[in-house]
Amino acid sequence: MSFFPLVAEAAQSSRQGKVLIGPVDLILDGRGTTVVIGPNGSGKTSLLRLLHGAARLTGGQIRWACSREEAQHEMAFVFQRPVMLRRSVLDNIAYPLLVRGVRRSEAMQQARDWAARIGLGAMLERQATVLSGGEQQKLALARALITKPKLLFLDEPCAALDGRSVKEIETILGQAKTDGTALIMTTHDMGQARRLADDIVFLLKGKVHEQSPAKQFFETPRTEEAQAFLRGDILE
Amino acid sequence: MIDIFDGLIHAFWLVVTLDADLVEISLRSLQVTLTALVISSAIAMPLAAFLAVRRFRFRRFVIAVLNALMGLPPVVVGLIVYVFLSRSGPLGVLGLLFTPTAMVIAQTIIIIPLIASVAHQSLRDLWQEYHDLLISMNVSQTQKIKTLIWDARRALLTAALAGFGRGIGEVGAILIVGGNIDHATRVLTTAIALETGKGEFALALALGFVLIGLSIGVNLLIHSLSRTEREGRW
Repeated sequence: MSFFPLVAEAAQSSRQGKVLIGPVDLILDGRGTTVVIGPNGSGKTSLLRLLHGAARLTGGQIRWACSREEAQHEMAFVFQRPVMLRRSVLDNIAYPLLVRGVRRSEAMQQARDWAARIGLGAMLERQATVLSGGEQQKLALARALITKPKLLFLDEPCAALDGRSVKEIETILGQAKTDGTALIMTTHDMGQARRLADDIVFLLKGKVHEQSPAKQFFETPRTEEAQAFLRGDILE
Repeated sequence: MIDIFDGLIHAFWLVVTLDADLVEISLRSLQVTLTALVISSAIAMPLAAFLAVRRFRFRRFVIAVLNALMGLPPVVVGLIVYVFLSRSGPLGVLGLLFTPTAMVIAQTIIIIPLIASVAHQSLRDLWQEYHDLLISMNVSQTQKIKTLIWDARRALLTAALAGFGRGIGEVGAILIVGGNIDHATRVLTTAIALETGKGEFALALALGFVLIGLSIGVNLLIHSLSRTEREGRW
């Protein structure tokens, strides 16, 4: 089943009359990593939620190469503050498979494999809520990737994490990309954006201001606002 | 004061000698309340989870009604159940009046709003925490409810405990629908009421201490379960 391209046409999300994001025109072809950057309040998280379907589409449309129902099963989301189910590490990682009807023994075996891959193999029975921030984020990544999504949304996955955890998470993301999962993520860390991005989406005031290949964006940004943002100027 | 000491001594001997009547009454109390508790929990907890995850037009009203029903007067519940189960009532043909089943029905009606209300508060908080994650995983409503109930099981145990406390100490409703019949529907609370009425304060106090002992015993059991939770065993 083909999933890409994901096409947003004048897509918009509003709440109580206030436009949170949009109208947005965007095409994701599923190749590599798309990093969404922009100043605080520009709508990065809202864009991810809109594309994923977690935020209500109040205008325009979002299309996939498959039906919406099929698409929902091909996407996963990792939040800035990882949500831990009040269960063990193993049960947390296995959860998405169990709700999809995978046999328990098989789900647990896959969860064990993933726990080992992300370095939590020795903590399988530990309550997930007592893990450190970095460990929780790695667990959240494994839980998202265990379903082999075609597209993974990451909302500032490395915010407030130490350098070692950031490195480990970037390694996992690199493996996921190699395994065929397209990534779309937000970050405030321009160094991380440079390291990971194949494409950049620059957001300003809830709209896509510039979308281009990462190399081109960082070397020759087209718009004055993007140039100012990369200089570190404050954009209002 | 002498009555209290007499009651304590009497209670001690009743328990130590495993008095047949006391054992029978205590077991019946436990049987009625635990049965009502299991039925109530099976209804109230999914209801509470449903109210936490599902948005519908009169949701707030339903929650307000549920909270209000926590203060449902047991005597009125007993009276209504009596009317339904009496020979001339709509369910009279079942012949349940003055049986432990009638007592279970009355207690179930009394306990449900309490468990549902306490459970709803815990499940609502957990749902706020889980909302984005479960939505992002495209989890069905039934799976959401199951997940919430399982992950909030310790808090729900507290809700059940509150229900047990209300049930085991209840006297008005079960006296009306059970009739306090010796060797049939007599339980600790109705026996206490009877012995007090007869002026047998020492025996009444003895039964009261046994009732308190049962409540403390169940609480300690729950406490030991929470200890295993801290050790991550369940």
